Amino acid sequence: MSESGLLRLRCGEVVDRAAVPRFSVETFRAEVLQAVAGGARVAALFGAPAPGGAVRLTAVLAHEEEGGLSVGTADAAERYPALTPDCPQAHWFEREIAEQWGLVPEGHPWLKPIRFHRSFRPGRDAWGRGGEDPILPSVTDFYRVEGEEIHEVAVGPVHAGVIEPGHFRFQCHGERVLHLEISLGFQHRGVEQGLPGGPLPGSIHLMETLAGDTSIGHATAYCQALEALSASPPPARAEAVRGIALELERLANHTGDLGALAGDVGYLPTAAYCGRLRGDFLNMTALLCGSRFGRGLVRPGGVAFDLEPARAAELSERLERTFTDTAGAVNLLWESSSVLARFEETGLVPRETAESLGLVGVAARASGLTRDVRFDFPGGIYRLAHIPVSTWQSGDVFARAYVRWLEIQRSVEFLRDQLAALPTGTLRGEVGRLAADRLVVSLVEGWRGEICHVALTDAEGRFERYKVVDPSFHNWMGLAMALRDQEISDFPLCNKSFNLSYCGHDL
Amino acid sequence: MLKELIARLRQGYRTIPYPQGEPVLPDRFRGRPELSPAADEAVCRAAAAACPMGAVTVEAGRPALDMGRCLFCADCPADGLVRFSREHRLAAWSREDLRVRIPQPAPAPPPADGRLRLFRRSLKLRQVSAGGCNACEADVNVLSTIVFDLGRFGIQMVASPRHADGLLVTGPVPENMRLALEKTYLAVPPPRIVIAVGACAVSGGPYRGHPEVHGGSGGIVPVDLFIPGCPPHPLTILDGLLRLVARESRRDA
Repeated sequence: MSESGLLRLRCGEVVDRAAVPRFSVETFRAEVLQAVAGGARVAALFGAPAPGGAVRLTAVLAHEEEGGLSVGTADAAERYPALTPDCPQAHWFEREIAEQWGLVPEGHPWLKPIRFHRSFRPGRDAWGRGGEDPILPSVTDFYRVEGEEIHEVAVGPVHAGVIEPGHFRFQCHGERVLHLEISLGFQHRGVEQGLPGGPLPGSIHLMETLAGDTSIGHATAYCQALEALSASPPPARAEAVRGIALELERLANHTGDLGALAGDVGYLPTAAYCGRLRGDFLNMTALLCGSRFGRGLVRPGGVAFDLEPARAAELSERLERTFTDTAGAVNLLWESSSVLARFEETGLVPRETAESLGLVGVAARASGLTRDVRFDFPGGIYRLAHIPVSTWQSGDVFARAYVRWLEIQRSVEFLRDQLAALPTGTLRGEVGRLAADRLVVSLVEGWRGEICHVALTDAEGRFERYKVVDPSFHNWMGLAMALRDQEISDFPLCNKSFNLSYCGHDL
Repeated sequence: MLKELIARLRQGYRTIPYPQGEPVLPDRFRGRPELSPAADEAVCRAAAAACPMGAVTVEAGRPALDMGRCLFCADCPADGLVRFSREHRLAAWSREDLRVRIPQPAPAPPPADGRLRLFRRSLKLRQVSAGGCNACEADVNVLSTIVFDLGRFGIQMVASPRHADGLLVTGPVPENMRLALEKTYLAVPPPRIVIAVGACAVSGGPYRGHPEVHGGSGGIVPVDLFIPGCPPHPLTILDGLLRLVARESRRDA
């Protein structure tokens, strides 16, 4: 294998954009494929404006074994050879590139829109649609299975619950799902379109609401990027408070998910208890900053609220009480044969599938992949306080539930340690001007998985492009694969076991 | 079975007495904003210029704060003008009444067309997330847990708009959700009501001005009740819903 021409960098390392190698589109393709063949994972693959109206493709690869990243770019105006045929991880990214930039990845096997909006380059459209042609959500070519006994089930965008909108098409033979296609974009609010020219005073609010159940995760990724670009690292105490808030966010969501999974198999005790306990964890975040979702806590330069000794003591006391109740509620699941019968061997995602799709977070770890930003690319407090990676091998609903429970226990241990020994010092420093013409990659392990933000600054130190990759972006395809050969009645259970974000995907 | 029973005993009774008693809110809770009458015009104008949500305005030298746009954020730039109180009851029957002013005009009364009479003992709502970030949705969902036990008030979230008396809308309404929201509204048999929950549904919130969204639900469906916040606290939402079934939250808090 030849030497890689990609630029190596660390998570949070600021590099001069001029130092990032620019390849021909053919070499770019070969470089990315070679890195992926060597075990790297596509963390981000996106377009940005390039001189002369072209598009600069940028690939960010995560080398988990070495704990480093690599980047490379290539310019293209109208088309480039698609990576997807040889790299399934690139599938969704290349559909996004086609939709956002009107750039055609030639040879892409499934080139359809993912969000249903006009391209960022007026007049350029990958599907040749004119400016007057309507673009309607989920109006596209769906994959169809033909046959006398095949029937199609369409669900959404409005679902039968208090849940975000999305469209699901099942090709079924009786109860058996042969294929599920997921079509999103109903939540598209123009997050990325609102960021160039920034950072603006309102940018942090887009970060906190782009996936509202992950406010801490995305706000932290954003602040890490700003702090790196302005060479103003946050104080140690702020890093600890951010870590505490991030793990509280994980605890609330994992606990809520375990309750919802119990509800989906009709096991109501755990469903009822976890519904309450999730709120108790959210209220701990509110104890910290007044908002149950952590709005207003993480700010560029540090955090906006302190965790004074009395508050830390109160938080510790609540944590122990709530954790005891959570253990009591969750352990019922593993002791109930009717629950296990429904969880086990449902919604299987084999390890090889998880790896080739580039799944992240709980979904990846439940298929046996040791993949966790807190371990692979530790930043902030995680450089000092290590959290072991929780994995399970079976790749089914059980594994995705059980990994959550393992993570709950490890997050609680982390919180105990942090609350017992908070670093002293200030909470927030100044964030100055961002360095011009720079690139930085910021990673955070949100409760769903890897959050990846990539900031590119222009000659004035403003965002020229700010790319957000929510973990759901990687994982929706995993849900589609999990449904293969399942009974359609297991869809809610499988869906809940992933619990992906619609708005985080749709941006 | 024995394990379930022991767990049940350990979990205890968790339903809060709301609307009776004093609600438990965190000490850093940011409730209804109050304007300082002492703030001079320069302070007001500086605040108006600094608020990224455009929630603060100055008209004829007098400040106003639009709770429909306000995110109740912790870094309120309107220092010296705005103070967040602990008042969680924020719902209003008219968009205009979300504007905090000095002096505060009397709020609009509930609609007098007989709908509320009809829904007083049983109110079924269909929730539509139209670009909501899952925070408003989560704090609507939580009302159905044992803590709030929405069912005891005769209010229930239902799966089909055909079974509903009204819609509870969250999110700034992306263009990609406009048609779905319109159709869901039309599928609710009249007479029907619409509740807009959260800054996004009321005004577009942080997405106001984005060409991809419609700046809230008001331009798409006729909103009867506005519940501001980002997201509103579950008790703020519950207080709003209780007004629809003519139950007053405690007024003397």
